Parts: sequence; C-alpha cells; structure tokens
Amino acid sequence: MGWIRYLWQLVAVPLASFVLALLVGAIVIILSSTVILKNPFDPTLPLTAYVALAQGAVGDFNSVVTTLVLTAPLIFAGLGVGIGFRAGLFNIGGQGQFLMGAVGSVWVAAYMQNSPAAIAVPAALLGGALVGAAWGFIPGILKATSGAHEVVTTIMMNYIALASLAWIVKGPLKVAGSNPPTTVDVGPASLPILFGRNGHLGILLAFLAVPIAWYLLFRTTRGFEIRATGSNPEAARYAGVNPRLLIVLTMTLAGMLAGLAGAITILGVSHRMNTTFQTKVGFDAITVALLGRSNPIGILFAALLFGALRAGAAPMQINAGIPVELVDFLEALILLFLIANVVLRRLLRLRGVTGVAQADFQTITRSYGREGVT
Amino acid sequence: MRGITKRYPGVVANDHIDLDLRRGEIHALLGENGAGKTTLMNILYGLAVPDEGEILIDGNPVHITGPSDAIARGIEMVHQHFMLIPVLTVAENVVLGEETMANRIFLDQREASRRIRDLAKRFGFELDPDAKVESLSVGQQQRVEILKTLYRDAQILVLDEPTAVLTPAETEEIFALLRNLAKDGRSIIFISHKLNEVLELADRITVIRRGKVVGERRPAGTNEKELAEMMVGRSVQLTVDRGVSHPKEVMLKVEGLHVKDDRGAEVVRGVDFEIRRGEILGIAGVAGNGQDELVDSLNGLRRVAAGRVWLNGKDVTGASPRTVNEAAVGYVPADRHRFGLILGFPLTDNLVLTTYCQRPFARGILRDNRAILEASRQRIREYDIRTPSPEVPAQTLSGGNQQKVVVAREFDGNKTLLVLDQPTRGLDVGSIEFIHKRIIEKRDAGTAVLLVSAELDEVLELSDRIAVMFRGKLVAFVDGRTADRNQVGLLMATGTTEVEAPDAHGASA
Repeated sequence: MGWIRYLWQLVAVPLASFVLALLVGAIVIILSSTVILKNPFDPTLPLTAYVALAQGAVGDFNSVVTTLVLTAPLIFAGLGVGIGFRAGLFNIGGQGQFLMGAVGSVWVAAYMQNSPAAIAVPAALLGGALVGAAWGFIPGILKATSGAHEVVTTIMMNYIALASLAWIVKGPLKVAGSNPPTTVDVGPASLPILFGRNGHLGILLAFLAVPIAWYLLFRTTRGFEIRATGSNPEAARYAGVNPRLLIVLTMTLAGMLAGLAGAITILGVSHRMNTTFQTKVGFDAITVALLGRSNPIGILFAALLFGALRAGAAPMQINAGIPVELVDFLEALILLFLIANVVLRRLLRLRGVTGVAQADFQTITRSYGREGVT
Repeated sequence: MRGITKRYPGVVANDHIDLDLRRGEIHALLGENGAGKTTLMNILYGLAVPDEGEILIDGNPVHITGPSDAIARGIEMVHQHFMLIPVLTVAENVVLGEETMANRIFLDQREASRRIRDLAKRFGFELDPDAKVESLSVGQQQRVEILKTLYRDAQILVLDEPTAVLTPAETEEIFALLRNLAKDGRSIIFISHKLNEVLELADRITVIRRGKVVGERRPAGTNEKELAEMMVGRSVQLTVDRGVSHPKEVMLKVEGLHVKDDRGAEVVRGVDFEIRRGEILGIAGVAGNGQDELVDSLNGLRRVAAGRVWLNGKDVTGASPRTVNEAAVGYVPADRHRFGLILGFPLTDNLVLTTYCQRPFARGILRDNRAILEASRQRIREYDIRTPSPEVPAQTLSGGNQQKVVVAREFDGNKTLLVLDQPTRGLDVGSIEFIHKRIIEKRDAGTAVLLVSAELDEVLELSDRIAVMFRGKLVAFVDGRTADRNQVGLLMATGTTEVEAPDAHGASA
C-alpha cells in the first residue's frame, strides 16, 4: 500500500490542478455562451465541449496519432525545461531553441537533397540538435562567466531566434522565386512514417528520450550533480561540483532537447519552412515540466495530456462550436493552480502531499534576482 | 504539560511526558539529540499537535493552535538561530508585528524606543534601541531576541540552547539577565546540552531520554556525571583521554594567508601555521574573527587573496574543493545546512556527498546504488545515527543526527588532514564523547587535525597546540596541555594577555 500513498502524494496536486481548470473552464464556457453570444442557458454545454475535446484527442486511431504527433515535441522540450529546473535553472528559451533546432535541421536537409534517407535523416536530426544546443550554450556560458541571469538571456535569445529564422528563410535557404519565401522540402531527410497518417519516427525518439533522461538524472554522477546543484548549490560546490561547468552543460543539454523538438517538427510534420513557422512548444514545455514535477516520467504524462488537449482543440471547435483558444485558457489555469499549490492544498485539505517539485518551485519563485555565480 | 504523547511514523517522539513549570522558576530541559525536547517545545509553542495529553496554564486546560496563539497566552520562544532583520534597528526589530502606532499610518518610534530603554533598565542590561542589529555582537543580538519577548510581556520563555554561540563572558551576562527575569516572576524553560551551565543556572532539571522523562533533579542534589548518565543511559566519560601525541612530518603549512569575506573585507589578515601528522591544532576564538573564512579558503570554497598553502609538500593554494577532497582531506563545515547536507536528499546521498564520484560509489559515470546503500547502512550503524531508514530525507533528522551524518562521511577512510569547524555543535554529551574519541583515534592514526571551535573547553580538551585567533590574526600559540583557561579566554576576548598594551602579542604571532 505504501506505493499507492506515494503515488497519490505525487499526482494529487497536478490532478487537482487539472480538474479545477476544467471546472473553471466550464464556468467560462457557459458565461461566454450566454452573456457574450446571448445564447439560451445550456448547462450541458461544457460537457459537450469536453466530450468533443476528448473525442478529438483520443476518439479514433487517427486522433490518437495526432495526439502523439503533438506530444512528441512537448516531451523533448519538457525534458529540456525539467532538467534545467533540476539544476536550479529557469530555461525560458525553449521557443528559440525549438526554432533554431528546426532551422538547423532544414539547413542540413537542404544540402542533403540527393543523399539516401539513412544518412539524411540522422544528419538532419543531428543538425537540429546541435544548433538547439548552441542556443542553450550561449545563455549557459553567459551565466557561468558573467552571472547574467538565464531568464533574461534566454528571452532575448528567443527574439534573436525569431529574427534569424526570418532572415534564413528569406536569404540563404530561400527557394528562388518562392512567394512567400519558403525553404526547400526536407526531402530525403523526412522522418519515416511508422504508423497512421503521420505517426513519424520522432514520436519513437521522444518516448526513448524519457528513460534516457531518467537514467541520466537518477543513475549517473552527472545527474546527481545536476540535482544537488538545484537543491543546494553551496553544498554541491562543497561536494566538489564545478558550478560553472554544470550550468553550461545543463543549458546546452536543455537547448539540445528543445532543438530536437524543433527538428522532429520540421522533419516529421512541416517538411518545409516559411517565415510564419511558429510554435508554442517552448512555453508549453514549462507547464509540462512543472506538471510533471521535472521527473521524466511525469513529463511524459504531462506531455501526453497537453498533446491531447492540442489535438482535440480543432475538433472541439468544429463539433461543439467552442473556440480552440479554450485550450490555452485551460493551460493557463493549470499553471496558475500549480503555482498556487499552497493555497490549493489548503483548500482541498490535501495533507502530506507536496505541490510542485521543491527544486522547481525554488527555481521559479526565487531564482530571478538571485546573485549569479561569481 | 501532562501526559504529552506525540508519535511520528516509526518513532514515539514524546511518550507521556509530564512537565510542570512554576512561576519564577528556571527549569532546564536536558536530553540527547532526538530525545524529544524540541518536539515537546513545539507542542507548547503550537507548532505541533500532541496525539495525547494536555497543557494547563494556571490550572486551566488550553488548546494552543499555533505560535500566535501561544504568544497571546504569554508563551515565547527564543530560537537557536536568531530571527532578526539585520538592516533594521533594535527598536524596529522588537516592535515588528507588534507596532505601536502614533496614528493610523505612522509608527510611534519614540514611544517604542522609550519602552525598550525602560525594559532594558529594569532588567539591568544596556542596549541602544536605535542601533542597527547588524552592528551588534552575537550576545547583544540575543538580548534583542529576549527583549522582543519582554516587549510582548511574555510570562513563559523557552530558550533553545541560548549559549551555543556565546563567549563565556557573554554567557555570564545572559545568565544574570535570566535570573533577573525569574526574580520578576517569569518562568523560563532552558534547553541545553551543557551540563555545567544547567547546574549553574537552573532551579530544577528534567532529563528526557528517548521521548520519556527519566528523572528530575535539583542542582544541589546532583552532578555532571549523574546528569550525563541519565541523559545517555550509560556511564559517560566527560573528558576524553587524549593520550600522548606523536607528531610526525608537516602535513599542512600555511604562510601569510589573507582571505576576504563576502563583503570584500579582509577578515583573515596574514596567518601562518603548520600542522604535523598525528597532531591536533586547535583554533580558539570568538565566532566571527575569521575562522570560518580561514577554513573555507583551505578547502577551496573561498578565494585566497594572498599567501600560500601546502598540503603534504604540494602547493594547493586556491585548489578547487574537488582537488582538496581527492587529496583525502575531510572537512566538517560549521554550517551543516548551508554546506554539509542537501536536506531534501535521502541520507544515502548525503552520506556520500563528497565521495559520490569515487569508487565504489561510482563506476565511470554510473552511480552504484547498492554500494552507496551498503556504506550508508554501515555508517548509520557505526555512528549511531537515529533514523528509521537510510532512505529518509536528511531534513527529517534532528540537528545532532544530521551532524553525525556529516561527521560519519568526512571521517571515513584514511584522511591526510581533517578540518573540523565546530564538529560537535548542537550535539549531546554522548555524541560529543563519541566524536571526540574518533578525533583522537584519527590523530593517533597519523591524520593532521585542524580543529576550530567556539567551545573553548573543546579546544582545550583536544588540542595538542592551541592558536588563538583574534581579528583575523593568530595572536598566540600555546601548548594544549598546559594552557590556562583564563589566559586563553582573555586572548580570545582582547587579543592580548596584557590589558594595557593591545596587539603586543599580535606582532609576534
């Protein structure tokens, strides 16, 4: 029975956050329908909406595939943010790292138009991983050498990524004559489809990344250093951890993971890039990491939840007439309840359970403005 | 307090404890680490709810729901770690949460200062209400803490090891103050490990062991030896037999060392010393004279501003903590919460915190959890660390047991040098005896030991040689066997044995 109790302590707050978000969402659905659209009062409308949402996410084989396609990048990016949290780093740069990962992949693919897929696919994935890693390395090295806070630098790097992407699509990688400017199709570097309409190789890779990340965090010395630094940086230094090196390594790894999220999106789904190539994955990843308590297994489930919400949004709008933005609203509510977990626990009389993982909470509530390493 | 029982998973922290406190009495609560003193006081202060038993004040049963409720009933607690805001004045700290308002918006600072002066005068001590707390000595800060409770007119004061951070002279002053408070009709519960202090100060002494009251004594009818045996449950040697030391070759040599503190002020100002294998060098000094910074710099946690450090003939000036650690240097830091432990991590991780990347705990990049667990079990047994399991987080242990975790880890294996900064802080007599024996054993096995302690008795008892640190300098070296307590105490307080000529000895150090 011990493990049931243990499991409950872990999932109680994330679960309560989700359920409460659905309840508040229901109120808003009714209000927006009756007050704004002047429809007659319909108490079953939220249920209709949520059923449509669920059906759109997991109603049939194709919708399950769509859910998985949308889940995969969330796993990669969520792991990136989560590992950062574990080390006490708040990586808000998932957006930029994702975009630059995609750019790296499409760039490599552009030069491999005549290579066999067996070479082009790994090369393009590697290209995305490396450019993403570089986008994490820069804030890492800035923090390690000057103490510049990663919250500030990663946000700035997001803007640089956006601008770089626009320039690359309009410049070096533009297909002559394309309007609006577009890159070539990734061609042989496209990820092979393993199942369904677009169940690509990247899904498998993302699921494989979960045990690897778990093993890294909990079974290796480097993982111990990451966790120790996030939990008590001074004790970690006393234990012999080199904090600067660790910051650089962790940020680079986080960037690489978010870069892979971008890589599998461009190579598995979009196949070509234009200047409107955009994402929410970098920010969603923060919620995913918090909901998953920065534990790779928790992140897997959180990513599945958000993948399902995203997949079900469009069918919900079509079948129940509820705007897709409801899903953004739900995500924001979940995040809000997670952060306010102290209040939540008191309201629900949840005793003996912890809210957000301790290191996560410390990182998001206290890290900004803390003195850098000098 | 009647029949107080509190159970935690795996342990009964308080087992039907009865404690009565009379008006105007100083009642000492004596017990080992983890005996249940803190739990009992937390119940009194409303921080924990007892499973059984009741609390009566003036004969009426009361339910204390929280600290604010306790304060409203006149119960106040002075914690071991001060809860003061350094940048505020004494008066501001004292009135915090209890502000006297001149009108709806502004504080009545003048009225607060006046009341504080009155209180100080009434109980016979001096304190400037308008001084910033950060400019006060530790002893003065403690008086501010006590003043806070008086300002709120506390009738019952609980002091948790109030003398742990004080010099002998400051201790005397605080005792005088506490006696005055008792004379004024206030009741005091005094928690301490120090037997001599308990005997000197208390009217009655209650001894707790493993959650139960084992006896009550009056100072006149008992002695240190009996109290120690009641606490530990077996006969205890109060002073270790240090034997004869056989110093061999020089292990650690420090020359012209200068170190700065976090604010950039030079707090170690030209220190020279050497320690031989098989020798204990004790550094005596009032806390805050540069000892912590000296120790940190030797262990690579703080930059060396100038000077040289040799370990075993090798220049290790400015070496990283990892390098020092790999040279088989054990380091027990003064602040176990800040450096020594990761409180949220299980004991297993904490017991290998400085050796996690060495064999057998790691092979290449992989950790060997089985080896870690095995070593943890063995260390828990060997050092009698009271814990339900090696897997519980370090924060669930009592302070003394936490300290044992650090000591067990840092004493393990063949060490070239042991750097011990307050190695027995917060420990009970039984544990102190155990650790002191270990220190002597390490010395006899050929380890060089640097012992820094605010407990003068500890330094006197263990050291083969004693260096007195005063304002960043080692002002005198004395032989540990022949050292005179008063002389060392005077050196600690003034930096010289001659009251007239300050710094006369400083130059020759």
